[in-house]
Amino acid sequence: MIHFVVHEEGDGVGVVVVEGVKQGQELTGWIMEDDKEIRITAKSAIPIGHKLALKDYKPGDTVIKYGVDIGKVVAPIAKGEHTHVQNLKTKRW
Amino acid sequence: MELQTASFWGFRRENGRVGVRNHVLILPVDDLSNTAAQAVENNVKGALAIPHPYGRLQFGADLDLHFRTLIGAGSNPNVAAVVVICIEDTWAKKVADGIAATGKPVSYFGIEQHGDHDTIMRASKAAKEYVQWASELRREERPLKDLWVSTKCGESDTTSGCGANPTVGNAFDKLYPRGVTLVFGETTELTGGEQLVAARCRNDEVRKKFQFVFDRYQAVVDRHKTSDLMDSQPTKGNIEGGLTTIEEKALGNIQKIGRKCMVDGVLDKAEMPTGPGLWFMDSSSAAAEMVTLCAAAGFAVHLFPTGQGNVIGNPILPVIKLSANPRTVRTMSEHIDVDVSGLLRKELTPDQAGDKLLECMFRTANGRLTAAEALGHREFVMTRLYESA
Repeated sequence: MIHFVVHEEGDGVGVVVVEGVKQGQELTGWIMEDDKEIRITAKSAIPIGHKLALKDYKPGDTVIKYGVDIGKVVAPIAKGEHTHVQNLKTKRW
Repeated sequence: MELQTASFWGFRRENGRVGVRNHVLILPVDDLSNTAAQAVENNVKGALAIPHPYGRLQFGADLDLHFRTLIGAGSNPNVAAVVVICIEDTWAKKVADGIAATGKPVSYFGIEQHGDHDTIMRASKAAKEYVQWASELRREERPLKDLWVSTKCGESDTTSGCGANPTVGNAFDKLYPRGVTLVFGETTELTGGEQLVAARCRNDEVRKKFQFVFDRYQAVVDRHKTSDLMDSQPTKGNIEGGLTTIEEKALGNIQKIGRKCMVDGVLDKAEMPTGPGLWFMDSSSAAAEMVTLCAAAGFAVHLFPTGQGNVIGNPILPVIKLSANPRTVRTMSEHIDVDVSGLLRKELTPDQAGDKLLECMFRTANGRLTAAEALGHREFVMTRLYESA
């Protein structure tokens, strides 16, 4: 069963595609472009559609998705943690 | 799906364009004429009024866009005939003349010196004749290239970028080599991915034009912003759906233009393309505004991917909804025409998802009502450039 998808190898976040992901749950991810599977433990509950970090981040780091910069980290994020507006911000505007 | 010899059943209009609907439009030129237009719609079964709140004391480029949108809406091949109503005769005639250039039947009525009652009676008589005339028009088989297809997504979430939008992209990649006229837009919603669109432009001239309209709107944002646009772009719904930054939203948005299509030209708002290929229209990212501009530019069918479940429709342009979000497909099923949530479970390949969407597109073009049409969604929203005089 696929719990989250990753656009391509090298992306730093995955997207949860099932409902009800709980903290501590073992998740299977699908890297779509490369058709590979990865496993990761959820460090927090993550709603469907929301992102989880595939690696540890510190403030100032850049997050890559679709192989492209999607913004800067503004609070530390641990691998497997919910990555959203509380820790990631736009570099534009 | 084999598209080389694909065809659809549409209404061939006087100017050669092909529509997939056969509306008799009751078109108010201004806010004051909405009441009469809606009364005519009520009097004549099958007539379609498109009320809107604008048309008074606009000027310059904003007024030009107002007229271009109204004339474009009336000229759309999904419209068989038009009754124009305005507070006075001269602008009614201006809009009617613009539409009449297509060769389709148009009548116009001014309210001043008549009042609503007499105007409604005269306009109803014209509308009744048009509805009966239009009811005898027949669909004919037309080659795929006669279909103009627009796209714009709404209430996007992260599933849009990995499911529904790439499905449109797959369909566009299949339609493009068949000489179909295609359009996408949403100027601010390319922010963070504009370099990818620029790289897809056919040549330097197109690229320069694209960059110019992109930069122009970035300057508008800079001039008016009071924050980083959080909750507007991305919207509250986007954020609820897991999208965090405009860059992330833009990269998902851009999936709609596929991997092979080139951007062949850049259009102003509501401007009609001059040939086949993929066009970028400088436009708002607000769903009803963008779809209305596509209708005004002459597009006949619209592909609308949604994540969280945008319910939009358009009176003229059938809006086909697709979603890859399993929760949206479950909780808002009456709004979704094509369920591609199987993509995220590896039950559907992108190629199969694209074909599924194309199949729905052909059925819609042949006459099947979309979910938005069946539910009565008729959002006609005109874009304003600045405040009235």
